Amino acid sequence: MLSEHSKQLLAERLTHYPPNEKASAVIYACYLAQADSPTHSITQQAAREIAEVLEMDPTEVQGVIGFYSLLFEEPMGKYVIHFCNDLPCALRGADRFYEFVRARLGIEDGETTPDGLFTIEHAMCIGACHRAPCMQVNLEFQEFLTEEKFDRIIELLRAGEPLRANMADAEPLSAAAPL
Amino acid sequence: MVKHILLQNRDIPNIDRLDVYEQHGGWETWRKAVTEMQPQAIADTVKASGLRGRGGAGFPTGVKWGFLPKGVFPRYMVVNADESEPGTFKDREIMEGNPHLFLEGTALSTYAIQSNAAYIYVRGEYYDVIRCLEQAIADAKARGYLGQNLFGTSYSLEIYVHSGAGAYICGEETALLNSLEGQLGQPRLKPPFPAAVGLYGKPTIINNVETLANVQPIIANGADWYRQWGTERSPGIKIFCLSGNIKRPGNYELPLATTFRELIEVHGGGTLDGAPIKAILPAGASAPIMAATDQVLDTPMDYESVPSVGSQLGSASMIILSQNDDVPLAAAKMVRFFRHESCGKCTPCREGTYWAQKVLDRIVAGQGTPEDITLVENIANQMVGRCFCPLGEFSTSPMLFTIKHFRDEFLAQTASTRPRRAWREVVPLRIEPTLATKER
Ligand SMILES: Cc1cc2nc3c(=O)[nH]c(=O)nc-3n(C[C@H](O)[C@H](O)[C@H](O)COP(=O)(O)O)c2cc1C
Ligand code: SF4
Ligand code: FES
Repeated sequence: MLSEHSKQLLAERLTHYPPNEKASAVIYACYLAQADSPTHSITQQAAREIAEVLEMDPTEVQGVIGFYSLLFEEPMGKYVIHFCNDLPCALRGADRFYEFVRARLGIEDGETTPDGLFTIEHAMCIGACHRAPCMQVNLEFQEFLTEEKFDRIIELLRAGEPLRANMADAEPLSAAAPL
Repeated sequence: MVKHILLQNRDIPNIDRLDVYEQHGGWETWRKAVTEMQPQAIADTVKASGLRGRGGAGFPTGVKWGFLPKGVFPRYMVVNADESEPGTFKDREIMEGNPHLFLEGTALSTYAIQSNAAYIYVRGEYYDVIRCLEQAIADAKARGYLGQNLFGTSYSLEIYVHSGAGAYICGEETALLNSLEGQLGQPRLKPPFPAAVGLYGKPTIINNVETLANVQPIIANGADWYRQWGTERSPGIKIFCLSGNIKRPGNYELPLATTFRELIEVHGGGTLDGAPIKAILPAGASAPIMAATDQVLDTPMDYESVPSVGSQLGSASMIILSQNDDVPLAAAKMVRFFRHESCGKCTPCREGTYWAQKVLDRIVAGQGTPEDITLVENIANQMVGRCFCPLGEFSTSPMLFTIKHFRDEFLAQTASTRPRRAWREVVPLRIEPTLATKER
């Protein structure tokens, strides 16, 4: 179910596209549904609702969700960690670092911790190769990782603290990410 | 170059803020254009500057704009901010650090093609960048640079940000259009080309972020000014992304036709591990790998010279490997990327990348045979010329050219049963580019 707030945001977003091109907002609508869900996943019911608002076929919406790697049908952790181990990062030690990450969280690639807090997935290049090792936590960049820094991030997230405001190279706080 | 033209954030603190950008003459070119210049005059200046597309193909921007059918409206400007090629992070710094320069360039270009709407398609992972752009657009709108009846004229312009959701193929322009329309991000058959039938079936120009950022300084300073850098056929400046085994990775804004050696040794500080440089991937995973011979190192990086030594300039995302780095492992990584990103629309690419990855994984695991090397080449050769879009063709580069230039390494690997270990430990260095006075 889309929240009232999300419905309002979606209605505003539709003003960006020609009146008969509502489907253009489908990715945005899926992000809203994910943000509304405690497990970042788009239920079949939410997909049907999106289809209705955007005048699409429900199977088309399902197809879109299946196509893009940042849209999820299955329940995910509260924090989805995309760790980059693509070639440029690997040349700076990302593969080894990813071994440490998995050992630290006690889970393998693609898994979620039993407490439902963290899902880790390896990522293709996320555009931060010059700051390797790097990852995104719910799409928020975390770069120049060290083992200490990674532990601090996990500690903050476990305590429910925002990352931006607390990390050494703090950047302005962003509003809740769509993931 | 002392001062940056595109990466002004390196020289001017807080240039991402509208008030600071205005203090440095920001949006004035735009005001002048809308109130005093004809759209065609802007298009003519861009054409005369010789600016070529920075998204990869290097097609002359002014020529592309000329392909729009006369008198057909509405038409759209679509900005390609999908930046997903491994090793590419230049558009991110342009948009995060210099959003107003980029937006002013986009506005000028949209006006030049007589359109009233631009969509910026940003990869979903760049969520922070999207927020940054949305803020900058809201600020520019509040100051009357965007919106209805600009500066009291009849011209109106809206710029919208549109988020993708994780798919490299959406960087291909027709897949991008499908994605923007709410369909699966799979390529369309060409022709018709987007200039004739593009977004919502209307004439559409698609340009890269860096391309359009260049339009602002070109209109502000003129075509001749821009041509003081680079060569006759590759004029101007380019942002080179340097990554991999290199001391100072990062973005470097330099004249086109700067040599590989200058970028890597002078600006990049040489390899990270101090070993001699072995290979260069000049355009991420998509163009052929080059052995770093003296001839290659002394080659100017422009759209004509790089092909003359067997590769492409592409988006100029340089990934560096030293003598300590393993080419078969690099090949396996790159093919893994393409297998993951294949959109699945056509069989040669979907199946070819799948099988090539399996075989390469076997080789780097120490379980391959010399026949497996030939097998990878055969798979690639069956794909060449048969894929529906360039992604499939790109994917054959890491299969064919890694083997062509480094066959001995593959043979040594198949002769041994020792699996290739992951690369070095993390390098705990935090070195920013020397030119970075402020890098966000
Ligand atoms: C598989 C594939 C991925 C691409 N990815 C991008 C990209 O991320 N950004 C980009 O600007 N161009 C990308 N391109 C090139 C675009 O299709 C298009 O040529 C470009 O955006 C045109 O803009 P330009 O003329 O300003 O370079 C890609 C092409 C292909 C085939
Ligand atoms: S070549 Fe690959 S990416 Fe391109 S259409 Fe075919 S399957 Fe899709
Ligand atoms: S390869 Fe990791 S961010 Fe580019």
